Amino acid sequence: MKKQFLFITAFLFAINSFSQSEKYTKAMEQLVPAVDTTTSVDGLNNLANSFQRIADAEKSQWLPYYYAAFANVNAAYMMSMGQMGMADKTDPLADKAEGLLNKAAELSKDNSEIYCVKKMIASLRLIGDPQNRYMTYGPAAEEALAKAKSLSPANPRVTLLEAQDKLFTPEQFGGSKTEAKKLFEEAIKKYETFKPETSIHPSWGLQQAKHFLSEIK
Amino acid sequence: MRVPGFFFLNLVYIINKFTFVFAIKNELFMKQLKNGFFLLLLACFLQNGYAQTTIKGSVKNNKGKAIYGVSISLKDSYDGATTDSSGNFSFKTTEKGEQMLIASSVGHKPYEQILKLQGEPVNLAITLKEEITELDAVTISAGTFEASDRKRASAVLDPIDIVTTASANGDITGALKTLPGAQQVGESEGLFVRGGTAAETKTFIDGTLVNNFFYSGVPNIAQFSRFSPFIFKGTVFSTGGYSALYGQALSSALILESIDLPERSSANLGITVLSSNAGYQHLAKNKKSSWGASYGYTNLGLAFAVIKQKQDYSQVPAYHNADANFRIKTSDTGMLKYYGYFSSNKLAFTSNSIDSLGYLDKFAIGNTNFYHNLAWKESIGKRWKINAGVSYTNNKDDINSNMQDQNKNDVVLTGLEFKKFSIDTRGDYFNAKLVLERRLKGLSSIRFGSEFNYSKDRLTYTDNNGQQYPGSLNEHINAVFAEADIYIANALAAKAGTRFEYSSLLSKTNIAPRLSIAYKLGKGTQASLAYGIFYQNPERKYLPSTNELDFMKATHYIAQFQRVVNQQSFRAEIFYKKYDKLVKTAFSNYQESAISNNGFGDAKGIEFFWRDKKTIKNLDYWISYSYLDTERDFLNFPFAITPNFAAKHTGSLVVKRFIQKWKMNLNGAYNYASGRPYYNIGYDGTNSKFNDRGTIPDYNNVSFAINYLPFIGKKNPKAYTVWVFQVSNIFNIKQTYGYQYSYNGYRKEAIVPTSRMFVFIGAFISFGVDRSDEIINSAL
Repeated sequence: MKKQFLFITAFLFAINSFSQSEKYTKAMEQLVPAVDTTTSVDGLNNLANSFQRIADAEKSQWLPYYYAAFANVNAAYMMSMGQMGMADKTDPLADKAEGLLNKAAELSKDNSEIYCVKKMIASLRLIGDPQNRYMTYGPAAEEALAKAKSLSPANPRVTLLEAQDKLFTPEQFGGSKTEAKKLFEEAIKKYETFKPETSIHPSWGLQQAKHFLSEIK
Repeated sequence: MRVPGFFFLNLVYIINKFTFVFAIKNELFMKQLKNGFFLLLLACFLQNGYAQTTIKGSVKNNKGKAIYGVSISLKDSYDGATTDSSGNFSFKTTEKGEQMLIASSVGHKPYEQILKLQGEPVNLAITLKEEITELDAVTISAGTFEASDRKRASAVLDPIDIVTTASANGDITGALKTLPGAQQVGESEGLFVRGGTAAETKTFIDGTLVNNFFYSGVPNIAQFSRFSPFIFKGTVFSTGGYSALYGQALSSALILESIDLPERSSANLGITVLSSNAGYQHLAKNKKSSWGASYGYTNLGLAFAVIKQKQDYSQVPAYHNADANFRIKTSDTGMLKYYGYFSSNKLAFTSNSIDSLGYLDKFAIGNTNFYHNLAWKESIGKRWKINAGVSYTNNKDDINSNMQDQNKNDVVLTGLEFKKFSIDTRGDYFNAKLVLERRLKGLSSIRFGSEFNYSKDRLTYTDNNGQQYPGSLNEHINAVFAEADIYIANALAAKAGTRFEYSSLLSKTNIAPRLSIAYKLGKGTQASLAYGIFYQNPERKYLPSTNELDFMKATHYIAQFQRVVNQQSFRAEIFYKKYDKLVKTAFSNYQESAISNNGFGDAKGIEFFWRDKKTIKNLDYWISYSYLDTERDFLNFPFAITPNFAAKHTGSLVVKRFIQKWKMNLNGAYNYASGRPYYNIGYDGTNSKFNDRGTIPDYNNVSFAINYLPFIGKKNPKAYTVWVFQVSNIFNIKQTYGYQYSYNGYRKEAIVPTSRMFVFIGAFISFGVDRSDEIINSAL
């Protein structure tokens, strides 16, 4: 009897933690693919909230914080699509994303993926008010991307972001379609070999790279 | 007790995986466990059970409007939803019992509610309260123009505007002169605000008073401000009704905030037709501290050789300037900043004497100035903030005046002996300020503190006989102040403060209450009112006085309407300012000195400001207009008149356009002021009277500047070069600032700029000492 209780108690403890981590993986597995396919502001906001709920419940996982930040940044980009100087609308989202990303960075130091989103936040702030911010957020974005690259040179998302920079920067500011094209192709190659650590680790971007490449052609 | 077989199968796996070690030997504990077993099992099933509760509802703001995009969640669970466009949400949860539901949305206060989940559907109607954030809260903006990157209602200028305004000539006050409220006075330096003198505007850097903000005055030639606009990140220009933290200024406060840590280490080089300078800024590897130093030499010789000057310079203006700084991040929220400045300059010129034809007036000045500023800010806990600062200025002016014949030999003419004199002044100024701030609920806060101001002026006047008349003046001004920012409601805020001052020189105290209220009328639209009493000591140049003197006093009443929406700003302000106890002077022993506080005056007017970055693509412009009606009786005025520094109508148009293709910034400015009155006040015995009076012509000035930024488009440029080409008074319009009179009053001569058109060319290079390689290497 004594032994049985011991086993059962152990089991109850175990099943809880086991199911918790299974529940986490399951919930994340449901949401993560949406990162690549959601393009509406509302959809991204919804996605960001879903990730944030997981993040706040788990507290010790960097991935949900990372994805929540990422979805918020994307929502802001979608909101400002093609328009600059919308700082008053995009800054609150950048603030939110930055808060979430900082939490992710606390849980996972020197993470190339986190630096990629850091770069995206800096770029988001830059286009919010380019005239006044290019001296601060321009270099900040470059620095974050350089760090991301140094931490993981094989990360295809680094190359994707570099390619996007080349594509969206006006030519007189150093943009170049031909260079962008090369970078997109390089990114796609990297996607082919890049293996995410688990099914819920960052793997987004291939569709985007293909899409942009097709637009250049 | 029967346990299903699959339990044991799983256990093997689980125990292998998790290897729990239990050391439970206590019988009592086991008994409790036995009784609790079924409960535990039940709980386990319930937690992982299938019974779901539906939670749905709607979210509205306190005006009853649906809010979409609100995140709804059950604390510590994954369950939740996001509201749709009609504010509705619905989700299912397997959680049971007491659960905390949280609704959150940007711009609103988080909402929490405890729910008892028992399987029955829950229907909620949630109201979210607006959160007052600095971003959209009503701002106390009456009388205030702000140039900063803070997104606030009063921030109608960007920091970059200070340096890219064409008529500003790279001078901080130049840009401010294109705003309503400031006069276009060209014959002397300073900001003349709403009928006030330049002395009624005081400048503060990081909270402490700056003496000698401008280079020492030269008769009829306005001087530049000493400090580079690039060392400041924020500028607040108050044209009235300013905070109780500042005092000793009847009209206006110019509040400058120096930059924090630089973005990166860099070396700077500047070469212009007027000057050259070099500097270095070093940012520590950990980005927690920085230091920097720079040196500049300005010599107007080259420019004066090309552009003919009215004066004949025997010593062309030459300036040595050096500065040094350090900034240390003392904690996450703390910052210690030092800025030190040194300048030594001299000039001497002759101009045809108005007093005696065929002779020359010679004027020479040498100035040495040291300025130190140490400022510290820190947050203590979550609610307290401390701001402390000290500044010290040491200023030395040596002025020589005499007459010369055509061969540039010094002469003393009978009856004009007084024109030969020299004045040596030494000033030591110390200012210290401590402000404590406590945050209250929301954005409300209270601030209080004290200020200590010490000044010591020594002056030696030497007359044509070599007779010396030394004088000195010491003064302490102590002040304590308290101020509260109160957000009464989302749309209503008030700032109430009082300042108490004691002057050792006057042996008098004053109490100056200040009050401002702002009310938000709609998104981006607000109305504000401001009221305040302001005191200022009589200007030191009219002291000492043989009579007992008092503080001069001004009372401000300001009403403002402002609308800032979609990159368009409109602002209208009406004001009334009453002056009491202005200083009256009398002339004796070639010296004008204060005799009483019997002066008075008033100023009223209406001002408009419109800035538009939206209507025309890539074009940014602002228009300002001021109407001013003012009269005062002060100094030697025979009775109340409109002073010679006050134009009735003043206006500016500033245009900026960035042309990407050319990598150029094109800036233009047009400044207008209607003719100001001029007077020649003489004496009839001891009473003053007008020998002559009239109105100067209207003032018109068109300036144009091109900034060329060739680094744009280069990835990781090693050098950021900015070429500046600037022309002021491009149409060579004749400008008259006033008239000067011969000693006997028979001859008058227009006071005009030293040259009509002026052309400035320069290159400023910043070598970014790029540390990204370093960072990458240390990370690998």
